[in-house]
Amino acid sequence: MTRLFISRDSTALSLGAEQVAAAIRQQAAENGLDIDIVRNGSRGLYWLEPLLEVETGQGRVGYGPVQPADVASLLEHGLLEGREHPLYLGNIEKLFYFKKQHRLTFARVGLTDPVNIDDYLAHDGYRGLKNALALQPAEIVKHVTDSGLRGRGGAAFPTGIKWNTVLNAPAEQKYIVCNADEGDSGTFSDRMIMEGDPFVLIEGMTIAGLAVGATQGYIYLRVEYPHAYVALNEAIAAAIQRGYLGENIQGSGKTFHLEVRRGAGAYICGEETSLLESLEGKRGLVRFKPPLPAIVGLFGKPTIVNNVISLASIPVILDKGGEFYRDYGMGRSRGTLPLQLAGNIRHPGLVEAAFGMTLREVLYDFGGGSASGRPIRAVQVGGPLGAYLHEGQFDTPLDYEAFAAISAVLGHGGIVVHDDTVDMAEMARYAMEFCVEESCGKCTPCRIGSTRGVEVIDRIVDGAEKDKNTELLRDLCNTMTYGSLCAMGGMTPYPVLSSLNHFPEDFGLQAPKPD
Amino acid sequence: MQDYQNQKSTVLDIVNAHLSMPGNLLPILHGIQDTLGYIPPAAVEDIANALYLSHAEVHGVISFYHYFRDTPPGKSTIHICRAESCQAMGGKKLENHARQQLGIDFHETTADGRFSLEPVYCLGNCACSPSVTIDNEIHGRVTPEKFDQLIAAGKGVAQ
Ligand SMILES: Cc1cc2nc3c(=O)[nH]c(=O)nc-3n(C[C@H](O)[C@H](O)[C@H](O)COP(=O)(O)O)c2cc1C
Ligand code: SF4
Repeated sequence: MTRLFISRDSTALSLGAEQVAAAIRQQAAENGLDIDIVRNGSRGLYWLEPLLEVETGQGRVGYGPVQPADVASLLEHGLLEGREHPLYLGNIEKLFYFKKQHRLTFARVGLTDPVNIDDYLAHDGYRGLKNALALQPAEIVKHVTDSGLRGRGGAAFPTGIKWNTVLNAPAEQKYIVCNADEGDSGTFSDRMIMEGDPFVLIEGMTIAGLAVGATQGYIYLRVEYPHAYVALNEAIAAAIQRGYLGENIQGSGKTFHLEVRRGAGAYICGEETSLLESLEGKRGLVRFKPPLPAIVGLFGKPTIVNNVISLASIPVILDKGGEFYRDYGMGRSRGTLPLQLAGNIRHPGLVEAAFGMTLREVLYDFGGGSASGRPIRAVQVGGPLGAYLHEGQFDTPLDYEAFAAISAVLGHGGIVVHDDTVDMAEMARYAMEFCVEESCGKCTPCRIGSTRGVEVIDRIVDGAEKDKNTELLRDLCNTMTYGSLCAMGGMTPYPVLSSLNHFPEDFGLQAPKPD
Repeated sequence: MQDYQNQKSTVLDIVNAHLSMPGNLLPILHGIQDTLGYIPPAAVEDIANALYLSHAEVHGVISFYHYFRDTPPGKSTIHICRAESCQAMGGKKLENHARQQLGIDFHETTADGRFSLEPVYCLGNCACSPSVTIDNEIHGRVTPEKFDQLIAAGKGVAQ
């Protein structure tokens, strides 16, 4: 029997992976070929999806991008033996795009059957949990602190410090909440983990539970991810069945229950306190801090809220030790960051690499330049609240502090590329519009300020009292930055002001380019 | 608008199945929308009573979240992504094309009841923008031509 791999990842499906799998199944049956199709996660080389891999004596051989119409010719050319064909790619792991990555968190994504727990175990799964079960809670937390891991959801807060706070908060009940709201445009790493290796997230959350004494976990998943919902629930059921979730985990006497809850299309519910309100069944209004969720979180109890990638990085840290993870990266940005290349880019996909690469390397060496073949003009890093960068800033290393120094953010690692046809006044307007649409409405600078922002940008573009209105826009941004309760209103000025400062000509302004 | 009396028992079953669950309001609303396609305004009273909440609280939650709807959708719901990554790949053109082709604006349903059109801010398919979902099926690199093919093929509606 020959094993074939075709992804169940949403993006692969969006390009026809299901139809390719069906065509192979049908033609194999007609020709009496003995095959088994594994529906894996995506390798993250999305311009090659739908990707088809075959297990051969010489390892896995890839073909792509495959359409149903290619299947007959692939089989004729000796697909099952891994033979030559115009779509032949060879070993995917030898391609530059893959070879140059440091896949720690994504080690198994695309390799294994995402919902097969034996496959997970055979590929180093649950080794972190095994170690954690032999440690005292404070020792688990110490590994996380030593790793230097900072939250990958956007704010880059040290994970070890957060866990320590929850560990030391006395309470009968504590919670682990996974933030799987992934609302930033240009990001999909959380989705890839949940669809491609859900066990690694489950293991990470279980370890978090052991570390701080929490017996209940929730994954708050955005409703836009139906395939992740299915994969997570399949994996949770398998973990329960095999004694990796529930009571008396692996005979340790420890308990951890896990449940997936769906969001309902509100970007603000990615903000951790809004998320907690939503989990409690309320409108997602942002809470005042303090108290921190670590002290007064879900249902008023001490709660860890962490991003999917933060939690999915825990198993490798507990398996190989905090120092192993810390050895990757630069400065105070330790470990790896799964970057997501999106928008107008020739080779879109997932690039997990140690901090420190420059943006230019990512855009050109990995990304291959724009998809349209036109010059790259503006790049938004870190989601809709992130700054737009221009060519002169592409040599900035991917490092939290280096980005902060140029008034930009790395956020969740999303990189959205625009070519020279982009109208940056339009993008600035969109940023304000998005804030109007997604504001929770609790504070005036965000709720009203953004509405005014759209109007002022329109006036500037229309040429009405340009200088006065530009000044007004800057004032407004200042008010939003300093007068907003959370980063929704507080950071919307990033994309707006970076557009205005770096691309004034799009606003009909002649101001010199400050850098 | 359907008669709520036919839906009432479905609503009550879903509500009752979630009574002991902490933070049960969103799961209940999802359950109702999954089953009926929307949340009938008349259901608010029943939900509120069962959960000891006020009518205003339940209504407030339904209206806060973009995903929940209080009118029946068309046979198929089309979501078009409007976020930055899709804009970088011609998403605006696709949006305009879809509106024109269907003859409706966002949040509307075609006169024949076949399609509802909704905006969405990111589908996590940003590596292959622009993106569209038709019911639960996702499509990437959707050009206006591909959009027309999907609609002509009756994607979604046939099922
Ligand atoms: C408007 C807004 C949206 C956010 N969206 C997300 C999100 O989708 N996913 C996420 O993990 N964090 C998001 N965050 C950050 C969270 O508030 C929080 O910092 C994070 O979940 C903490 O986890 P981490 O330390 O592992 O990053 C958002 C913050 C703001 C202000
Ligand atoms: S800044 Fe905006 S989203 Fe954040 S709390 Fe204020 S109104 Fe709500």
